[in-house]
Amino acid sequence: MTIDITTQGQTATASLCGEIDHHNAKEIREELDRFIMSSQPKELEIDFKGISFMDSSGIGLIMGRHKLISECGGVLVVKNPQLYIKRVLKLSGIERLVRITNDRL
Amino acid sequence: MKILNEVKFTMPSLSLNEAVARAAVSSLLVQYDPTVEELSDIRTAVSEAVTNSIVHGYRHKSGNIEITVRLIEPREIYIKIRDKGCGIADIDRAMEPLFTTAPEEERSGLGFSVMSSFMDKLKVKSEVDNGTTVIMRKKLKSHDE
Ligand SMILES: Nc1ncnc2c1ncn2[C@@H]1O[C@H](COP(=O)(O)OP(=O)(O)OP(=O)(O)O)[C@@H](O)[C@H]1O
Ligand SMILES: [Mg+2]
Repeated sequence: MTIDITTQGQTATASLCGEIDHHNAKEIREELDRFIMSSQPKELEIDFKGISFMDSSGIGLIMGRHKLISECGGVLVVKNPQLYIKRVLKLSGIERLVRITNDRL
Repeated sequence: MKILNEVKFTMPSLSLNEAVARAAVSSLLVQYDPTVEELSDIRTAVSEAVTNSIVHGYRHKSGNIEITVRLIEPREIYIKIRDKGCGIADIDRAMEPLFTTAPEEERSGLGFSVMSSFMDKLKVKSEVDNGTTVIMRKKLKSHDE
């Protein structure tokens, strides 16, 4: 799992690369939470372009970051989920809480 | 009902084995030349069941997870995932979407929903203190469909 965080103005983008399961979720959670707490971004985009697998552990991960960043006065955005990730997102109903966007190609 | 191929293995309840189980099932499935979507559905369902054994079944101890994968004619996959962990007291309740006993660990209660919507059949057998067995089946599309 690699996590690459870049900031442009008030928006930060965390690009994830690898697989999201229960085993990997802890490392991602710790790194994102450290960033949210120290930088307090107005908007944090999590870019899923490089994610090749995600199960329900990813839903817990997104929900948890959504809660934390909301408490800090920011918003979370889920960016570029591939088709199979979208299907897991859909089951969870998370689109009602978190904005999902795609880069124009 | 002819079994074309079968793999059985046992692994300890280490979280890094979630990826090992997905990889083993994927490589057996190559024989059926599945679509990207079928492969991802099956990998996700396997990951959910194995994670449940590790996170819930063996919450207070460690133990083994037994996995059986069969390719059955015509183009059906059968997967059995078994633990000897704490078991589930109320299976119907556990299978309700969003029900979880571990919200503080960021579980979302969606594992069984994922298994039942990504596979064709899902059967759960469980006994408190005796463990849980999850059986899933899915028919793959034939190539001329
Ligand atoms: N193998 C198991 N052993 C013991 N309890 C289990 C097992 N599998 C599931 N459960 C129980 O069933 C509940 C629901 O499981 P499910 O996979 O749907 O959600 P979850 O694991 O809590 O959350 P998520 O899968 O979304 O991370 C669990 O919270 C747990 O109480
Ligand atoms: Mg689960």
